[in-house]
Formats: sequence, C-alpha cells, structure tokens
Amino acid sequence: MWDKAKEFASEFFVTGDPLIYGADVSIALTLIAIVSVLTYYKKWGWLWREWLTTVDHKRIGIMYILASVLMLFRGGVDALLMRAQLAMPELQFLPAEHYNQIFTTHGVIMILFMAMPLMFGLFNVIVPLQLGARDVAFPFLNSLSFWLFFSGAMLFNLSFVIGGSPDAGWLAYPPYSDKTFNPGYGQDFYIWGIQISGIGSLMTGINFIVTILKMRTPGMTLMKMPMFSWSVLSSCIAIVFAFPILTVTLALLFIDRYLGGHIFTLDGGGNPMMYINLIWMWGHPEVYILVLPAFGIFSEVAATFSKKKLFGYKSMVFAMMIISVVSFLTWAHHFFTMGSGADVNAFFALSTMVIAIPTGVKVFNWLFTMFRGKVTFETPMLWMIGIIPNFVIGGMTGVLLSVAPADFQYHNSYFLIAHFHQVIIAGVVFGFFAGLYYWWPKLFGFKLNERLGRLAFWLWNLGFYLCFMPQYALGLMGMTRRVYTYGWDKGWFEMNLVSTIGAVLMGAAFIVQVWDIAHSLKKMDREGTQDPWNARTLEWSIPSPAPFYNFATLPQVTHQDDWWEKKQRGWSAPAVELEPIHMPKNSGIPIIMSMFWFFSGFGLVFDWLWLAVPGFVGVLACMIVHSFNYKPDYYVPVEEVQRVEAAARRGSK
Amino acid sequence: MKTSKTARCLSVLYMFLLLFMTTGCADKYLVLNPKGPIGEQQKDLMILSTLLCLIVIVPVLILTFVIVWRYRDRKGRKAKYTPEWEHSTALETTWWGIPVVIITLIAIITVRYTYSLEPSKPLESKVEPITIQVTNLDWKWLFQYPEQGIATVNYVQFPEDVPIRFEITSDAPMNSFWIPQLGGQIYAMSGMAMVLHLQADEQGEYMGSGANYTGKGFADMYFTAKATSQEAFDQWVSEVKGTSAALTLDGYKKLAEQGTSDVRYFSSFPEGLFEMTVTKYAASHNHGLSVKARKEVRIEE
Repeated sequence: MWDKAKEFASEFFVTGDPLIYGADVSIALTLIAIVSVLTYYKKWGWLWREWLTTVDHKRIGIMYILASVLMLFRGGVDALLMRAQLAMPELQFLPAEHYNQIFTTHGVIMILFMAMPLMFGLFNVIVPLQLGARDVAFPFLNSLSFWLFFSGAMLFNLSFVIGGSPDAGWLAYPPYSDKTFNPGYGQDFYIWGIQISGIGSLMTGINFIVTILKMRTPGMTLMKMPMFSWSVLSSCIAIVFAFPILTVTLALLFIDRYLGGHIFTLDGGGNPMMYINLIWMWGHPEVYILVLPAFGIFSEVAATFSKKKLFGYKSMVFAMMIISVVSFLTWAHHFFTMGSGADVNAFFALSTMVIAIPTGVKVFNWLFTMFRGKVTFETPMLWMIGIIPNFVIGGMTGVLLSVAPADFQYHNSYFLIAHFHQVIIAGVVFGFFAGLYYWWPKLFGFKLNERLGRLAFWLWNLGFYLCFMPQYALGLMGMTRRVYTYGWDKGWFEMNLVSTIGAVLMGAAFIVQVWDIAHSLKKMDREGTQDPWNARTLEWSIPSPAPFYNFATLPQVTHQDDWWEKKQRGWSAPAVELEPIHMPKNSGIPIIMSMFWFFSGFGLVFDWLWLAVPGFVGVLACMIVHSFNYKPDYYVPVEEVQRVEAAARRGSK
Repeated sequence: MKTSKTARCLSVLYMFLLLFMTTGCADKYLVLNPKGPIGEQQKDLMILSTLLCLIVIVPVLILTFVIVWRYRDRKGRKAKYTPEWEHSTALETTWWGIPVVIITLIAIITVRYTYSLEPSKPLESKVEPITIQVTNLDWKWLFQYPEQGIATVNYVQFPEDVPIRFEITSDAPMNSFWIPQLGGQIYAMSGMAMVLHLQADEQGEYMGSGANYTGKGFADMYFTAKATSQEAFDQWVSEVKGTSAALTLDGYKKLAEQGTSDVRYFSSFPEGLFEMTVTKYAASHNHGLSVKARKEVRIEE
C-alpha cells in the first residue's frame, strides 16, 4: 500500500529537480500567505461578493490584467532561465529536457495566458466606457469567459509541479506531440489548458462584437466610434473565425493521444502536415488578433498626446478590416519549407506581403496625427513613439521573411525568433503597456509615477534592442531555434551573451514597473484622475474609477471625438432627471462551472474518468441551473445613483 | 535635456554593437557567406529585398524623428498647430501608393525566384548530379550513397562543382535539413522523400544542422558537409568501402533507436533501405524517389 502510494506520488509530482522543489515551496508559501491574510482580515465574504462573482466588466477587466501580470512574471522567468542557459556555450545550467519544457511553456504562456488576457482586460475595462454603455452585451458570459481562461491557465501551470510540463513547442507539432514520442502527461495538460481557456476566448469575441454593434450610446454611429473600439471589433471578428479552428485541431490531437486515433500520426493513414496547416490557420490570425487592438491603442494615444484629431480615420478603419480578413489567407508562410511547391509558396508569399500595405499606411497615419500637433511626452506617448521604429523594423524583417525562396535560409533560425519577438513584444506588449499607462488613472482612480514610468520605458527598450538585435545576427550565423546549448566552435558566444544581458535589463524593467505600482498605490495621488491627459473620448467624461453603472445618464454623441468637442464648446452636463438604472446581478455560476471544467480537464489529463465525468456533469448542471434563473437583473434606485455620483465626483476631482 | 542624453547613450551603445557585429567576423555569417549557387542566389535575394524595404523604412524613421522633434509642445514654438486637420486625399493616396509600389516590386522578384529556386528543380550543370539519400533519425543523420553504395552517419562528403540531389526523409519526428552555406533548408518528413538540389562551388567543410526541433537530443544533430575534389571524393569512397563494416537491416534498426551518434561509415547498406523507410508509412507518397522501389521490401518484424 505504502509502496503503491509512493510510486504514484513519484509519477504524479514532478521530482528530481531542485528548481522545481524551490517552486513547490514558494507556491505553497504564497498560497498559505494568501489564505491566512484573507482569513485574518475576514475578507473571504468580500472577495466572493465583490470580485469572484462579479459581472462588472471593469472588475473582470482588472482580474484579467492581474492574472496576465502574474503570467508575465512566470513567462519572464522562463525566458530568463533560457537566456541564462544560452549565455555561454556548453553551459550545464539546464538539461535538455528541462530547457525543452521551458521554451514550450514560455511560448504558450506568453501568447495565450499573458498577451490574450492583457488584451481582454483592456477590452473589458475600456470598450463599454468608450461606447457609453453600462456593461457588455452579455455580462454573465463575460464572467464565464474570465473564469474559463483562469481555469485553463491554472491547469496549464499546474503541469509544472504535477505530471510534468509539455515539451513539444508552443504549437505542439505532431508526430513529436503524439503519444509515441511524447507519452507523458505534459502534452495533455497543454491540450486541456488551451481548450478550456479557448472556449472563454471565443465567447469574449462574440460578446464584444455584439457589445460594439448593439450597445453604443445614442448618436454614436459606427463611423463616430473611437478607434480602439474599431480595433477591438476587427480583432473579435478574427477571434470568432479563428478560435473554432484551434478547438477542433486540439480536439483531433486529443483523439489521437487519448483514443489512439490516427488523424495526425505517421501510421494508419494519418498526416501530420494536416495539423501544421490547421494550427497555423488559427495561429496566424492569432497574431493579428493580438496586434490589432494595439493599433487601436496607438491611435488613441497619438491623437490624445498630439492634441489633434486622428489622421485618416476612414483609411485606418479600412486598413484594420483588410488586415483582419487577409490574416486568414497567409498561414502557409510558416512552412514554406514543407515542399508544397512553387505555386503554393508564391501565393502565400504574396498574400503575406499584401498585409504589409495596410500596416504601413497605419504608421504613416500615426505620424501625420503628430504632424502639426502639440506633442507632449507623458509615459503613454513615450511608449507610442518608441514603438514606431521598433515596429517598423519588425515589419520590415517580416517582409523579408515572406520572400519565400529567401525564407528557406531564415526559417527556424534565430532570425525568425528575433522577428516575431520584435513584432510581439514591441508591437503587442509595448502597445498594451501604452494602453495600461494611458488608462491606468481611469481604471484605478490614482496616477502612476511619471519618473518611474520613464525609467521602465527606457530599460524595456534598451533591454529589447540588446536582447533581440543580436538574435538577427545569430540567425544569419546559422543558429537554429530550440537548441539548448551550442559549442564554442560555432562562434555564437558573443551575440548570445549580449542577448542575455538585454533579457536581464527587461527583467529589471519589469521590477521597476511593479515598484512603480506599489509606490503609487502607497501615495494614492487621486488629483485630477478624471481626465488627466485632456483626452478625447467618452471614458474620460465620467469619474475615475468609474461608478459600477458607468454613466448615470447615457451621453448623447454628436461628434467623432465627442468628449473633446464638448470640452472645446465649454459644454456642461445639463441637469437631467435621473432614472433607475437597469443592471445585471452578480452570479457564482461562472466560477463554479469553470471549476468543474478544471476538474474535467484534470481528470482527462490523468485518464481518471471518475473525476472527468462528474466534472462534465457539474458543467451541465450549472448550465441547467443558470437557464432557470429568470431574474438575472435588477434596477439601481435613483437615490443610490445620486449617492454614488456625489461620492465619485468628490473622489476624483 | 534628459531624453537626449539617454538617446546619446543609446546611440553610443548601438555603434558599439554595430562594431561588434561587423569587425573581422564576416565569416561567421554563414548565410551571407555562401559557397554554392543556391545559397548565392538566396543571399542576393535577401540583400535585394532588404534594400527595397529600406527605401521606405529609412525615410519613415527620419520622418518620425523630425515630426516628433518639430511638433513637440514647448514655449515659443513656431511650427503650425492644426487640431482639426484630419484628412488629405493627396497624402493618403501617396502612402497607400508607396507601399503598393515597393511591395509589388518585391512580389515580382519573389515570384520569379520562387519558381527558379524551387528546391526540387535540378540545377543546370554539364556534370551529372550525384544522389545522396538522407534519413533523419532520433537524433542523427543517416546519409546513403545509392550510386557509390556506401553510407555515413553525421558526415557527408561530395565533390565540388557537382550538383547534388538530396532525397530527404525521416524515420522519426519531423526535422529540417539545412546546410546554410550551400542553401536553404527543407523539412525531413516521414512517408515522403523531399528533394533538395544543392552544389558546392568551393572545397571546404560546411556546417550542417537539423533545424526543426525533435526532442531531447536535437541539439546534437550537427553534421559536417565536406566538399572535396572529385579525386579525393573517389578515394574517400573506396577507403570507406575498404575499411568499414556493412550496415545491415538489424544495424539500421539499432541505429534508428533514440540516441545521439558519432560520425560513422558503412561500406554498404541493405538494398532499397531508403525506399523502404519512405514507403513503410501507410500514407506514403513516393514521389521524388529517384530509384522507384521495384521490389517490395519489408521489414521482417
């Protein structure tokens, strides 16, 4: 009995690596600390009522952002471990197996559990406020999306200490990800972690399309909508078409692994090339799903800090819509070297290059938004300006990679690594940072420190260039991706060392940002947070943080940058009679249902049907219970609105 | 000003970096230092496309700097401020136009090269090409010379100025076969023989690698590709034939097991081994095989 238990434990828990034991201890300590603090201050009820069951889009957004910062930390530590291992030739810091797991989890976490939730967080917090809406179209679904994402992310991260991490790369190409070559549990954690959070992503996409199309305040026609909301719309359209492909692809991979199917295997008539096509049919649009909202943020920030209208609004909208459609026609450029023949390669090279045109146009439009403006350099604008050279270089190397015959020499090398980090870090992550710094006062009702913000900006950028410019060179030297070490004879030492130094600087920049938040939280500078940047769109017309119902009376919109226009006209809010406000009720079902999903996923990873089946039954039960809930909403009485308004105006002015 | 100081620091660092990249180590940039016709053309293409991109990129970078500098908000500024100016058909047409022109140029070049550099297309040469059959195993490369009748592991040798027809397959997870100084890579996949034509114009030893991740021993999948004179090559073949053991079917099965390997030589290999490796997977396409598998060869399990 004891021996059996021991044998089970040694397979169940990841053992034998001091790094992982260290992680075990720190995870346990953190959990104990959180539980004790909540219990000591009697905060469990508060946590449940105010946060875990909330359907308020702003709070859900904040939870997304918190989770993504946590994931940025985990993914960043992965990155630093890899850079440490590659700093010198023939280092023995990480063994091959461990390195392989780390580059896999780094990729998955950064894209799916860091960039995606950071993006969703910004969607949630800002879009309803920009539209003059009181919540998203489906608040219950929104909460469910978040908790599904969270369950998926936790399930995936659990593989670090239980069962073992996946090691087949962030897209898990078969045959290597098949049971034959990858018998462990890691790959199943990968499938279920992404599946569960993927359902959440799809629902978010639907939710925001409907919100944008149906919930705009009176007078806000589509062509008067702020550019960020447009970018969210284009991104969500891509989500709705791309994520089902991911779900199906991973389901097929699961059939192969769990039921012994032969869809992507080598034997039995399967074809791994099919998987590679399918996963990139999702994977390529995914990149644009991430970068489009960043384009929206640049547009907002450029206009606000130039004190000038966004240049070429119509062509911006047009460009984003083209990008979201054409991004579905370029997937095969990820495998020009698969021997599809010249016809196929030529088509996908051309479709890829076509995307460069609208993207280039956007850069020109941002530049001419600043042209004849009054440019000031607060932190969000610093990010915006810093991104232009960065993104332009990243875009250029993208065009170089799309030249199919030359790609045979770039493919799978560090040149490629440098390119996609440049567009994803400098485009997506820096873009979201710009958004975070920009909307921070609106989100939390206090300001961040400008000095620390500038320091973080310079450290991030300096670190970025030091880390990734040498990687372009390494690619041209023939260094391939995913090698855990290399010999002295290759001549790759110097560039790798510089690259590692850059990574460390970016790590330091992250610490400065956390410090900035802690510092500002302590100082609590609430002065003028309602409209600190003299901005242009509706979210700045209400107090910070916004009351839970957002707008006491729905604004009447007449212009594109309506809030700016109103300020120019010296407009003051007319005294309208308040009416009771229709709001959604909190619900515990999303978090409970997501917990059931978590158990089903966990059960399927270990092939424990006794856990998986009850899990699915629980999911079903939650759906049934919710469908009999005939009172998901309530009215906020006028007196409460008056009270909240008075308090909020006092707080933020 | 504070920012300009930082900018100056940055530019100094950048110069340093450039110096680092360019001084005395041009040989290290394998891709930019090709030794064969395919790699040569790919390098030209890389440089040409970079230059075309720079036609747009450099002005944009300069423009960014100029605009940000000129229109920064400060006391006593003379530059114009037009808060309502948001559209100009002429300007917008211009910058839809510029990328369209540049991209069209790059596209035309790309399509032409895509067809002329298609890896399965034989190279133009007066000399008969030699065929080398490459098998990706966990975690080593097996090279078979059907015309010479020898086989090697993690080492490949061929004469200079002779086109080589690599037929590439895999008996393990997908890898990618890459000799940067000779030309671009191609995936090694099970159930099919991919064809890659390369040629070395100079004698020398070139680094070869597996470019697509295949698991634990992936980082050990480097091999040396050596180009010699025809005489030296012939001599090497007869030396291998005279001094090495034969590769048997059992020996192949052992070799295919997971593990890394040193350089090895075999005086012969089982007839049709490569064809058998390609066709043993049910979904095989056996296009690309130079010697069609006439005899049904099966592994006796």
